[in-house]
Amino acid sequence: MPLTRRTTLAAMAFAFMASSAMAADPIKIGVNQPLTGAFAASGTYVVNGAKIAADEINAKGGVLGRKIELVIEDNKSNPTEAAAVAEKLITSDKVPVLLGAWGSSLTLATMPKLEEYSVPMVVETSSSGKITTSGNPFVFRISPPSAVEAEAFEPIAKKLGLKKVDFLVINNDWGRGAADDFSKMLKANGVQVGLVETMDQTSQDMSAQLAKLKASDADTIMVTAAVDQLTLLFKQMAALGLKKRVITTGGSQNPDQIIAQAGSAANDTLHLTTFLPWWPEKTPNAEATSYFLGEWKKRGFEFAGVTESFRGYDGIRTIAAGIAAGGAADPASIQKGLWAVNLSGLNGPIKFEKSGPKGKESGQSKPQVYLIEIKDQKIGHVQL
Amino acid sequence: MDQLLQHCVNALVLGGTYALLGIGLTLIFGIMNVVNFTHGALYTFGAYAMYLAAVGLGINFYLALPVAVVAGLVLGAAIEFTLLRPLRRSDIDTTMLVMIGAGIILQSGALWIFGGVAKAIPNPMPDQPLNIGPVSVAWVRLFVFAAALVLIGVTYLTINRTRLGRAMRATFQDHDTAALMGVNVSLIYTATFAIGSALAAAAGALLGPVYVVFPQMGDLAAVKAFAIVILGGLGSIPGATIGGFILAFAEEIGAGYISSGYRDAMGFIIIIAVLLAKPTGLFARAERIG
Repeated sequence: MPLTRRTTLAAMAFAFMASSAMAADPIKIGVNQPLTGAFAASGTYVVNGAKIAADEINAKGGVLGRKIELVIEDNKSNPTEAAAVAEKLITSDKVPVLLGAWGSSLTLATMPKLEEYSVPMVVETSSSGKITTSGNPFVFRISPPSAVEAEAFEPIAKKLGLKKVDFLVINNDWGRGAADDFSKMLKANGVQVGLVETMDQTSQDMSAQLAKLKASDADTIMVTAAVDQLTLLFKQMAALGLKKRVITTGGSQNPDQIIAQAGSAANDTLHLTTFLPWWPEKTPNAEATSYFLGEWKKRGFEFAGVTESFRGYDGIRTIAAGIAAGGAADPASIQKGLWAVNLSGLNGPIKFEKSGPKGKESGQSKPQVYLIEIKDQKIGHVQL
Repeated sequence: MDQLLQHCVNALVLGGTYALLGIGLTLIFGIMNVVNFTHGALYTFGAYAMYLAAVGLGINFYLALPVAVVAGLVLGAAIEFTLLRPLRRSDIDTTMLVMIGAGIILQSGALWIFGGVAKAIPNPMPDQPLNIGPVSVAWVRLFVFAAALVLIGVTYLTINRTRLGRAMRATFQDHDTAALMGVNVSLIYTATFAIGSALAAAAGALLGPVYVVFPQMGDLAAVKAFAIVILGGLGSIPGATIGGFILAFAEEIGAGYISSGYRDAMGFIIIIAVLLAKPTGLFARAERIG
């Protein structure tokens, strides 16, 4: 159609009307998290962290002159539901960007939907390597993949003098991915890898696996699971008199909750985490950490949740920065904007590097990984 | 060998609670011919009642247990009185649907009131396990095992040695004749459902302190209870007891020596095998209970 004065005018009028209508509307951000089921504790914390970020951003005037609005949906800790929730958020709520979906299997199930509708998602917690290597250009991850965790663990493994390691992991993409990546790193460093035991995400009784691990000749057990299952594991280890070095991975341990619920059974365990809320001054962005912790306390949430909820906070801030950088609140602009994000997160700079097959790269930011220790029911930072 | 001993002790302790779960379900099916889809929700209810009594109200742990069991008894009686009694003459599908709905309401209610985050119930028993040679077992698990055996024994005696039990067995054999002989069949139904519910709540109240308490905890428990009842034969209390122990041993030995990834599948493999060989279950005697 030739551009006449009339059509130009009409187009301008339409654009004006559309933009003024949109100025009143908030920008919707879909939040796809497990609020019930096996990972309810963790997902709820992430959502509460996300709400703090949204309130903070809105108090400062929002993004692109518009407020942001979180549309929160429960994926029930179930991959099928996670995909359905993504579809509902995109097609029915018309969100241009998502935050999700906590667990690796949940995120992996959501990813085809992102591709189908070309909507970007910031992945805040999942650690399976596959998420950023399978060629999905709509994925932007701010949590460390387990290979990065394993890499950070390498000097620790040497220092601890590990000889033989058994694994006990949750039987999904998260746990199996962690067992693979840590095994690879350990073998490369001359550490033997023994048993790889698995447990269902709904399992409450792991005594059979633990009896087997007790009888093994390994000196260390590496465990990948979320806080509720870890609590049970430590109690059941104590009940079986299993006394080996235990190191947990995955960053969903909520150490304070473990101490509160498992008591002395949690003593002398080591945990790889991605946030140091116990010493805000040691975190890469002490000012933001203090603000976040203060806000968390003000809202009356349990301190134990912050090691999980900071991801929701950073995730929403990342999305807001992506919207601002993209200059418009449509999926394509946000996807482009996310590549330009350069944000000081609670756990180091958030800046996406390309990962995965050429031409279809996902974004991966590289956060810090720390080792902490529970001793006499207190948390200590293990300096390396 | 040490490992095998440990597996056997684990299985024995686990089996006690599985048996408790199975008995409540088999009792209700045997006498009332109702497939109780609220069983898992009643298990969860017992655990939350225990949490409320022990943590919320600060009642002594050992006193909080009977409080939770009585709460289960009362809830069971209420469900029977309000939902099942008006449906007595309806077909089994209607009853089943109503029970599924009631189960969903109970589970969602727990989620609504307590939230999705798991709660822990502290127990007063020593943290250090009991060590006998190479085998270790937590005191709280031993207590749960003993309590489960006592509850199973009491249920068995109630049904076989009391007037109420005789009336229950009579109703099971032929409820019209029982009614003609002066048995208050309506009351028997209420009592049966209340006892079955109390047993589910007891299992939840006992296992809450061993594990953690959360709204969906009943889902897996209900699946196991159904498995145990099918294994032991519908309506048979000794069947459910032994079925509970068989399931626990299958899971424990299967996870220990075959693959921990298939732990929860082991029970179902055994059930398929039993159903192929003996479709009525291991211990079902046609039209008898006790």
